[in-house]
Formats: sequence, C-alpha cells, structure tokens
Amino acid sequence: MIVEAGHYALVLALGLALVQAIVPFWGARRGDTALMQVGVSAASGQFLFVLLAFSVLARSYLASDFSVASVAENSNSAIPLIYKFSGIWGNHEGSMLLWSLILATFGALVAIFGRSLPIRLRADALAIQGLIGAAFLGFILATSNPFLRLDPAPLEGQDLNPILQDPGLAIHPPLLYLGYVGFSIVFSFASAALIEGRIDAAWARFVRPFALIAWLFLTLGIAMGSYWAYYTLGWGGFWFWDPVENASLMPWLAGTAFLHSVAVMEKRDSLKIWSIFLAILAFSFSLLGTFLVRSGVLTSVHSFASDPKRGLTILGILVLFISGSLALFAWRAPMLRQGGLFAPISREGALVMNNLLLTVACGTVLVGTLYPLVLEQVTGEKITVGAPFFNMTCGLLGLALLFLTPFGFSLAWKRGDLLGVAQRLLVALAGGVLVLVAWLVVGRHEPVLAWIAAAIAVFILAGTFSEIAARILRGAAGISVAWSRARGLPLSFWGGACAHVGAGLALLGLAATGFGSETVVSMRTGVPVHVGSFQVTLDSVTPRRGPNYQETVSHMTVRSATGAIVATVEPARRSFASREMSTTQAGIVTLGLGQFYASINDVDAKGDVPAQLFWKPLVTLIWLGGCVMAFGGVLSVADRRLRFGAPVRARVAATASARG
Amino acid sequence: MKHLAKLAFALGLLFATPVLAVEPSEMLKDPAQEARARELSAQLRCLVCQNESIDESHAELARDLRVLIREKIAGGDSNDEIRAFLVARYGEFILLRPPFKTSTLLLWLSAPLLLLAGGFMVYRASRRPNAATPMLTDQEERSLAELAEEIRNDHFGSNGGR
Repeated sequence: MIVEAGHYALVLALGLALVQAIVPFWGARRGDTALMQVGVSAASGQFLFVLLAFSVLARSYLASDFSVASVAENSNSAIPLIYKFSGIWGNHEGSMLLWSLILATFGALVAIFGRSLPIRLRADALAIQGLIGAAFLGFILATSNPFLRLDPAPLEGQDLNPILQDPGLAIHPPLLYLGYVGFSIVFSFASAALIEGRIDAAWARFVRPFALIAWLFLTLGIAMGSYWAYYTLGWGGFWFWDPVENASLMPWLAGTAFLHSVAVMEKRDSLKIWSIFLAILAFSFSLLGTFLVRSGVLTSVHSFASDPKRGLTILGILVLFISGSLALFAWRAPMLRQGGLFAPISREGALVMNNLLLTVACGTVLVGTLYPLVLEQVTGEKITVGAPFFNMTCGLLGLALLFLTPFGFSLAWKRGDLLGVAQRLLVALAGGVLVLVAWLVVGRHEPVLAWIAAAIAVFILAGTFSEIAARILRGAAGISVAWSRARGLPLSFWGGACAHVGAGLALLGLAATGFGSETVVSMRTGVPVHVGSFQVTLDSVTPRRGPNYQETVSHMTVRSATGAIVATVEPARRSFASREMSTTQAGIVTLGLGQFYASINDVDAKGDVPAQLFWKPLVTLIWLGGCVMAFGGVLSVADRRLRFGAPVRARVAATASARG
Repeated sequence: MKHLAKLAFALGLLFATPVLAVEPSEMLKDPAQEARARELSAQLRCLVCQNESIDESHAELARDLRVLIREKIAGGDSNDEIRAFLVARYGEFILLRPPFKTSTLLLWLSAPLLLLAGGFMVYRASRRPNAATPMLTDQEERSLAELAEEIRNDHFGSNGGR
C-alpha cells in the first residue's frame, strides 16, 4: 500500500507541476497577482509530494522490499545499510526520482526566498521551473516508474552492481545532481528575464547565489567522481575524458563562465545578453548530460540501462527546452538594453577573455564528444576521440586561461593599468620563472609540459596572495590595520581568491603527475621492490571475508630510503558471488600531500603477486584544490550583499528607524 | 603535424601519465623497448572497453594487443609500422588520437575556429558604439570636470575647502 501511495504522490506532484507551469505564467500575462501567487504554493506542494514519493522509495530500499522491481533488481538483504540507501539512485529509475526531488527543492527555495523579487519575474521563473518539473515527472511516470511491483516477489534481490558498492556512490551522484539541477534555476530565471524583456543588476544579485550553489556542488561532484575513479579503477588514473565525464565538465565550464560574466553584470551592468546565453547553455549541457547517460547512444562506464524509448523521450525534453530557450533568446535578447562600457584592458575585459576561453573549451569538449557519433551517422566511419585530443586542445586552453587568471584578478574595473598590474605581480611572475629555471638546472627532465604547468600553478598561487597582500597591506599598514582591512573586504572577494587558489592547487597536483614514479613487478614475499625513493615489501597474502564478498589481501610495508617504516598498504582482489564479478581494491596511503598507490592482480601460478606500484607526489592537491574551489563558492554565497531578501529587510529597518 | 603530434603526446603525458594494467610477465627486458611499448599502447583504444587505452585496461583483448605490440617491437618494427598494422586490422577506431584528414578536419580545427569566431565577436562588440550610453568625448569630459568643479565651489566655498 505504501508503495502505491508513493506512486500516487508522484502523480499528484506531476499535477501540481503542471499547475505551477501554467497558472502563474497566465497570471503574469494578465497582471493577476492572485494567479501569480499560485506558483508559490504549487512549487511548495510539488516539493512535498516528490519528497513523499522519494521517502517511500527509500523505505522500500531500506526495508529490502523485493516486491518493488527496482529494489529487487538493485539491492540485496545482505548489503550494508549505506548501500541499501545509496542503491536508491544507483539505477536509472531511482536516480531520475532524485533528479526530480532536487529540481522541486530548488523550485521551493525560489518560492520561499523569492519574496523580494519582482512578482512577475518570480511567477515566470516558477512557471518555467514547473515546466521542467512536469517534463521530468511525466518522463518518470511514463517510462521509468520506480514503483513497479513484482508478483510474485522474489525472496532475494539481485544485488547492487559491485562497482557501485562504494561510499562514492553515496556522495557522488547527489552532489553532481545538485550541480546539474541547480543550473535549472538559473535557466528558469534567464528564460523569465527574456519573457519579461528586462534584466538588471538585481536579477544578477538574485541568480548569483543559485549559480554559485549549483557550481560549488558540481565542482565537488566532479572532484569526488574523479577521486572515486582514481581509487576504484586500479591504475591511478583520475580523468578519462569519458563521454559522461565530458557531459559533467561542459555544464561546469559554462557555469564557471556564467559566474564570471554575472559578476560583471552585477557590478557594471554589462555583458547581460551574454550572461543570459551562458545561463541557457549551462542547463542545456546538464540536460545533454542526462540524455547521453541514459539514452545508450554512447558507451561509457556510466551507462545506465539503455532503452530506446527512454532515450527518445529525454531527447524530446532536451530539444523542447534547448530549442525553446534559444528561440526565446533569439527573439527577445536584442530587446535587452546593454550598459556599462569598459576599456579592453580592464577587469571586464579580462573576464571577457575568461569567458571566451571557457566557452571555446566547452565547445571543443562538445565537438570532441559528439564528433564520432555524428561522423558514424553521416559517413559510417568509426573513429575514436580519446584523451590525447582533449588533453591537447583543452589542456592548452586551460593553461592559457589559468595563466591569465592573476592578471584579471588584479586589474581594476572599467579601465585597468596593465603595467601597474604586471608590477604588482612581479613577485608571482618571478616565482613562476623560478620553476622554469629549476627545470633547466635539474637537467631538463621530461615532460616539459608538467614543468610549465607547475610554473603557471605557482604563478596563480603567488599572484592571488600578492593581490590579497596589495589590498590589505597597502601603504605599509600595521597588523591591526591590515586585519581590519581584510575584514572589510567583501566575502565575495575572498571567495574569488579562494577559488583561484583552489584552481592553482589543482593545477599543481596535475603537473605533479609528471613527476611520479611507478614500478610494475611480480612481488615475492619478503623481496623488497623499489618505487621512486621508497622500498616496498610484500609481507603476506591472506584471504578475508566481507559482508557480501570474499577478498584476497596483500599486506605490504612501505619503507623510506633509510629503511624506516613509513606505511603499510593492503591492496586486494574482491570477488562478489552474487554477480560473479571481481573488483580490484587499490591500496592507497597518503604521505604528506602525495600518495603511495598499490594495485594487484590475482596471485599467479608461482605464488607471486603481479603488482603495479606508484608514488604520486602532490596528487591529493588535484581533489583538495577542487574542495578549496568549492569552499570559495561557499564564501561567495555567504556574502551579505547576495543574501536572499537582504535588501528588503535593510530598507524596512531603515524606514522603521526613521519613523521611530 | 609532427609538432602537433609531439605536443599532443606531451600533454597526454601530463594529464594521464601512462600507468598500466600491464602485467610484469608481459614486459620486455630492454627498458627502451618497453618504454616504446608503453608509449604506443597508451595511444591505442581497448576495443571492447569503454574509452580506456590498452595500457590501462584489464580486458583480455587489451592484454593480447599489449603482447602483440611487444612482439612486434622485439621483432624490429617501428612505431608507425605497428600502428599501421593495427589500423589495417581494426580500423582507425583503435587510435585514441584520431588521424588528421578530411573527415576529421572539423574536429581538429574546432578549437582554433571557435577561438577565432569568438575573438571576432568580442572584437566586433568592442568596436560597436553603444547607442544607449555613448562614451563621452574629450570635450564632454572637460565640461563635466568644469561642472563638478563649479558644484564643489558652490558647496564648500570658493577656496575649495571647509
């Protein structure tokens, strides 16, 4: 019964989403406030019913109710609780429901916190959000119902895919979806602004926190996914330019560009049309990602159950929203008034460069991802566009962008002084040059690009810190003055600085992949093996039993050059009886910022363990950098000027005190 | 093209240091030959996998190809000969870096073309005078400064201070 109640809640949510899509929009056209207000209650109601449906599905998973088809196919009574729970979104149906839940949550947030907005803008934005919600809820009910029953119910479930039985599954998809779906709000507001034919700095102020939230979750989601791949796939790679990874990278690139352009819009009332375009782009790429993962047009480690009917329906939704919004854009954008002039050498000019490079990178990823598909359709020719292509194109664009970052961060608005900025960045530039000198001194080790990347990373880090220093230490100020100046700087400045530091750290981590060492060897018990400056010994190989698997664990000791024990690692081969699958569990230990990484294969006939051993210096910076970037997003969201409704309360308080 | 290829490989080294699913038993004795085998296999797609190179994959086919490449290297074939042999056998699908030719022209030129187009758009936008808020001419700037000066004088007295 409860399961049917969940199903019914989903139907009601669809009904409310349709009301939300139609009534406020109609009200806005007729200027009827009461009708426009319906959007608020419909959005809240939609959220409550989707939440109810999700809770019911969660209950079925936690209670191992195998009469529900989705549970029987993706869960098992023996798996740990965390995987029972994360199994909800470890499959197509459940993950779509999570998608819709997050979509409805963002809609409800606008309904609740959007009181300070112009009422028509809010009504239109909620209507668009309702339309997206209705499309996806309809899609779930028509093709991917998670509440389908099995009769008779099996006694035991088929188990969750072993690769997904990892804490990563509990974190990675929700973070990623918060990012993907968060851009829907930005998209809805962009569409609403186009419908209204008006857009201003207040729009930017309201949309920016949502864009920041979406962006920071997407950043965390991508970093998390990358780390998951790194420790799961067993050879130490962390980014594969897999089509689905590309699908998450594209909205991230577009979203990053949007955050920068909307800053210009908020401060200087410029780049409005372009910001609107990026807002549409970011969510369109989110939709494209959803389509690519679920339609089966691409082969990828992420491919969900692919069913042509589902693929076609999502393609329909995709075409509807992307073409609809682009048509709206083509029709209405020329009516938006552009303001705020600036010289080419200025903060705005630098941000335009940032946007240019980010969108070109985004476009290149798009072309690279879809080119093999299109080429095969057109000529029947099968080609592969793999990592070498993306590394070359996006790598170069990324390095150029990161090299320009400190300049943009230090330039003044409107009209900047490039020479002055170069002087301010002199120390940072010297730091970068020093890295290149070091490369010459140590004997021009390959790969030279790793050294260039390291030099740029040092330049960004030092450049950001010297900009902070320039702002707070101006005129040889004392510590107390510097402190009060630091506190006086807006949080969004600190957020930006933090995000740039994060980017620099991540780049340093990437560069350091060129400085690691690796050893491929058959390990015999007790015989030491050299990996970089470390010595590794295989102590023993023992079997171990997990809750729903068997594993063979190799116990290894890592010693420094002097012979002192620095760590022990336990790489393993794990086999799952229920699916006749085995996985490799890498043994990883973090030493400082680097990691020692051991991966093994099955014990061979001679009793030796074939092993791949890596020393990866600074590798954790890749993901720590991502976290630091996301923390920059948190700081910016916390900026008072951006807080929802803050201007209204301030004004009310001011008039109240004036009266009193 | 030669330069482009070198650059691509250098970038490949940076962002995906060719680590391996290579088995110790497969490896060649000569480190230089082994390094060549690694370099080659990092650029070849494991045909049954999803976007992994044969250097990274644990699949049977990838292993067979790794062994095949090493046999050919030990037999004295050059990298280009081995690549050509594999393309003849499996098609260009096996190359992770698509070849530069007519049908991939748009792919390879996508980034430079987009950059040019974007740059041109930025250039045009920066040259287009904005009708709504035109930039002040020097003459106007001067009269604005004069006005500001007048206001200051009216406000704070003719000596310009309090």
